[in-house]
Amino acid sequence: MNGDFVIAGRTLRSRLVLGTGGFPTLDLLAAAIEASGTELVTVALRRIDPAARGSLVDVLDNAGVDLLPNTAGCFTARDAVVTAKLAREAFDTDWVKLEVIGDERTLLPDAPELLAAAEELVADGFVVLPYTTDDPVLARRLEDVGCAAVMPLGSPIGSGMGIANPYNLTLIREQTRLPVILDAGIGTASDAALAMEHGCDGVLCASAISRAQDPEAMARAIRGAVDAGRLALEAGRIPRRRYAEASSPMDGLADLAASSPERPAFGARARPGARSRGAS
Amino acid sequence: MIRLNGTARDDLSGGVTVAQLVAELQVPAQGRGVAVAVDGEVVRRGAWDQTPVPDGSAVEIVTAVQGG
Repeated sequence: MNGDFVIAGRTLRSRLVLGTGGFPTLDLLAAAIEASGTELVTVALRRIDPAARGSLVDVLDNAGVDLLPNTAGCFTARDAVVTAKLAREAFDTDWVKLEVIGDERTLLPDAPELLAAAEELVADGFVVLPYTTDDPVLARRLEDVGCAAVMPLGSPIGSGMGIANPYNLTLIREQTRLPVILDAGIGTASDAALAMEHGCDGVLCASAISRAQDPEAMARAIRGAVDAGRLALEAGRIPRRRYAEASSPMDGLADLAASSPERPAFGARARPGARSRGAS
Repeated sequence: MIRLNGTARDDLSGGVTVAQLVAELQVPAQGRGVAVAVDGEVVRRGAWDQTPVPDGSAVEIVTAVQGG
């Protein structure tokens, strides 16, 4: 198994992508970035607020991380495409985390709009990382139009419900050679570890870290979980089986029932006075 | 009138440049992290000085905010 995490020819040292949304302060964001070890963080684009205090871009520059602009808040392909172009202009990057939302309550992706926007942006030279449902067929369509990765959700954004459909995630993993980055739904460290054990190349976390009681500590926890999950995947887990398989040898087992005939070993068929017992 | 970030500005009229509108919003030096769209079309930063905005245009000036 190739140990590198490569998107569009770029090797990333950290498999954890950090969403910057939800941090109560820029100081907490900076501390979480440091603790997470990430080198790629998402930002959104919004109208300039002359009253805004502190510069997010300065904080991210000081942290030495690269920006992955998103198109969060867009409900049409047209809006997402223009937003991606604004982001390219603002940040001198042609990478975009493409989000086209179809439902306000669940923030689930709008498949036809997402696909249309992806196709247009790829044609315009963008490196497109689409936030998508866990539908393997949609993931394949996104790959077909030239996306650089697929980013299926585990469960809705900010829900913390983890990976609702691990089966679909494994299907997406099996069918594509693109990087698969689990995006949305992570609630805590074990969810991130599970995503990696299922074969994801990376995990994007925002709310799980930014809205934790201690974001810096949770950043450290999820960083460890991503590493642990990846290591476990590469190590190759044992198959699941329905019954036990003894890990201690049966050969050379001491015959302890012989010395206490009144208390036969559990499960043994020894009777009082018997000098030997059957194997267990 | 120019509609600037959703606000109708009667004090601004056609012919004002994108650069002047950016300055209206006290954007940090060089406009790093800032982008502009006029009526849904992105204006490259290098063209801000030379791009006049027609009267009645909707101008959006955006920057990075925290987001997932």
